[in-house]
Amino acid sequence: MSQAATADTPHPAATRRSRGNVGDIVFEGACRGAAVLVLILLGAIIVELFLAGLPAFRAFGLPFVWSTDWDPVQEVFGAGVSIYGTVVTAVLAIVLAVPLAFGIAFYLTELAPPWLRRPVGTAIELLAAVPSIIYGMWGFFVIAPAFAQYIQPTIIDTVGELPLVGFLFQGAPFGTGIFTAAFILAIMILPFIAATMRDVFEQVPPVYKESAYGLGATTWEVMRSVVLPYTRVSVVGGIMLGLGRALGETMAVTFVIGNANRISTSLFGPGNTIASLVALEFGESEAGSLKFASLLALGFILFVLSFLVLAASRYLLRSRLKA
Amino acid sequence: MSTTAETTETATKGFGGVQARSGAAINASRISIRNLEFFYGDNRALKGIDFEIPDRQVTGMIGPSGCGKSTLLRVLNRMYSLYPGQRATGEVLLDGENVIAPDADLNALRAKVGMVFQKPTPFPMTIYENIAFGIRLHEKLSKSQMDERIEWALTRAAIWDEVKDRLDASALGLSGGQQQRLCIARTIAVRPEVILFDEPTSALDPISTLKIEELIDELKRDFTLVIVTHNMQQAARCADQVAFFYLGELIEVAPAVQMFTAPKHAKTQEYITGRFG
Repeated sequence: MSQAATADTPHPAATRRSRGNVGDIVFEGACRGAAVLVLILLGAIIVELFLAGLPAFRAFGLPFVWSTDWDPVQEVFGAGVSIYGTVVTAVLAIVLAVPLAFGIAFYLTELAPPWLRRPVGTAIELLAAVPSIIYGMWGFFVIAPAFAQYIQPTIIDTVGELPLVGFLFQGAPFGTGIFTAAFILAIMILPFIAATMRDVFEQVPPVYKESAYGLGATTWEVMRSVVLPYTRVSVVGGIMLGLGRALGETMAVTFVIGNANRISTSLFGPGNTIASLVALEFGESEAGSLKFASLLALGFILFVLSFLVLAASRYLLRSRLKA
Repeated sequence: MSTTAETTETATKGFGGVQARSGAAINASRISIRNLEFFYGDNRALKGIDFEIPDRQVTGMIGPSGCGKSTLLRVLNRMYSLYPGQRATGEVLLDGENVIAPDADLNALRAKVGMVFQKPTPFPMTIYENIAFGIRLHEKLSKSQMDERIEWALTRAAIWDEVKDRLDASALGLSGGQQQRLCIARTIAVRPEVILFDEPTSALDPISTLKIEELIDELKRDFTLVIVTHNMQQAARCADQVAFFYLGELIEVAPAVQMFTAPKHAKTQEYITGRFG
């Protein structure tokens, strides 16, 4: 700019214009730089994680991904258990949270009296502001004992007796475990999903809802046939947002999942997730050791997992009607 | 825009050059509106409305923006009930039942009183599903009955020939005019008795507008039609009876010919001749 300002031009107008050009170029460059920085960061993290985890992949090969061994003494490591735990807790959390979030969003947009909408909406958003360590402590000191004493014994005695699904709800009621972790995760991701759903439901043009009401549809029919199809992309987007958070959540899960390196058929059994395993073991691993590399390899796998979740959601969301 | 020279002609040509359809008699009443008042919160939007909507004819409702004509339309199918704070008092009788009674069955009412909106509102589904949607809300039809009903509705809405080969295509791919006729077909498919049109052509090009107007003319053989329009020519072309609203009051209601050639009320004359509005 200074160059343009001091340039020896006869017309003031020309000076102004060239100054504007330089400003534009600088602005465009800065914006482009900011955008490119994201790509570089993303790329650098992936490459770095992969390179640092490479010794583990070299030592154990592809079976690292499904091997259920985790023996620091004999230096045998596998990601199977923690991948299983990560996927199961996250999916279970989604299963628990989505119906609840839908109910909240549906109530807030279609049914609640206006004076109630703001306070409940704000409360939902505040739920998202609770730090995850609080959920961890609360889960450990309140939820886990309550589960051990009341909820799990009841479920074991009822659902656990059923054929086909019964095996998922058997075993000792420890309180901690995969199910409890998923429950805490569900509460943690609830505000994200509920708030996204509420926002997108509100964005449906009233005239479309009126068209359906005008045909004699009930509130539920309008929701199912008009609002949901219209907002499908954003709703699944909101769910993916929650899933992404559930996959990577560390502290709260570490508190309540039981931290055992085994896959039990019962959802009440203990387990671990990639994030909780890394959090627990990272401090005890020596830089350059095989364990260190294995943990970073786990990080790489988590990254890929999150990436796949997003890619899958995009693939599923190719709208059949948008051809 | 009219000058005094023009107004002398209006006795024969109609005010503002609007040519009304040659007058047929007004049919017996289908909907009776008695002392209807409407409130948006504390704001009174309709004041003591009394009038009759004739069976199987077209009633046009005209008036400047904010006069209450669209509000009245939304009373007839209780659309206002979706919004808290909006309420109506008085009586709107359809088949002897008071539509605005608190215990009225809204889903049944809306099956009986269909509505077509200002902008086409196709649902994000196939053409076939758009029509089937409304039918399934009220009836359980076999596949062949459903196919038959959908063909019937699309034919009545004068769009069958244009879409019969692509019933499985998205309705969003149709042109604006086609979408609006699809919406009319969707409304007809439920077999209502009354169809409300809220400025149905204001978002359409002249050719699509013409098609919709022809369609309205055709539909009144079987349905009672009420149309809100800003377009005086349209009211004159389509309506048998015209009601003029101003500031929430019904100023005048008369057969279209009379309304456009010899309005009784000075306000009506001013509006029709384009002096305000």
